[in-house]
Amino acid sequence: MTNQMSMEFDSKSENESFARVVAASFATQLNPNLEEIDDIKTVVSEAVTNSIIHGYQMGEGKIFMECKIEGNDFHITIMDKGVGIGNVEQAMEPMFTTRPELERSGMGFIFMKTLMDDIEVISEPDIGTTVKMSKRIYG
Amino acid sequence: MQKSKYELKGNCLVIHLGKEIDHHYADRLKEDTDRIISKNYVKNIVFDFEGVDFMDSAGIGMIMGRYKKILHNGGQVLVSGVQKSVDRILRMSGLYQIVERCENIEDGIKQIEYR
Repeated sequence: MTNQMSMEFDSKSENESFARVVAASFATQLNPNLEEIDDIKTVVSEAVTNSIIHGYQMGEGKIFMECKIEGNDFHITIMDKGVGIGNVEQAMEPMFTTRPELERSGMGFIFMKTLMDDIEVISEPDIGTTVKMSKRIYG
Repeated sequence: MQKSKYELKGNCLVIHLGKEIDHHYADRLKEDTDRIISKNYVKNIVFDFEGVDFMDSAGIGMIMGRYKKILHNGGQVLVSGVQKSVDRILRMSGLYQIVERCENIEDGIKQIEYR
């Protein structure tokens, strides 16, 4: 089976829960178990929050989300046109954060890496950041 | 809008958390909690997770931040009523190294008193 959806929404913290609920309900077509649903919700929340706080620095902007189902695989892309990440490798290290004053734990990318099978981060300063993640759903 | 409920039991602040702890929720919680801490003598904090079914890394940052605030008083942070989904996040983050887990609020308060 293949199926795809995409949406665009404002960079507002209210939309964090909206985005994760949409992704999780789209993924239910694969009959995921509760833990897999939680994993999807968590990674969407992390990526969208990164776009809001870091990408758009809590200012205005649009966030794009695409979900795709291919066989038993769930693919998700979250993209912003924000400030981008200068050093992606460093950003993905545990406990690294550019905003300690906001009490960011520096755990976001670690959760994404741990909970998904695959993650790719494409980013360029002043152009934006795209996070692509995949997970096989066993149900 | 999800609300948190606060209860002062002696020098212990009990925070009954809402259903989902993300960046949006955590930001509001930080403000409210810090206001209470600045106006009252709060030595210990018990986060009541009984009704929580989702938490992401923003929740970890929020707990770590409150821990730092009460640390200089020799206080303690406890998490109570943690369910499976939240437990995974707490484990993955290594937060149990600084925060203790208790079954319920009563146990948590006893744990603090007997320390």
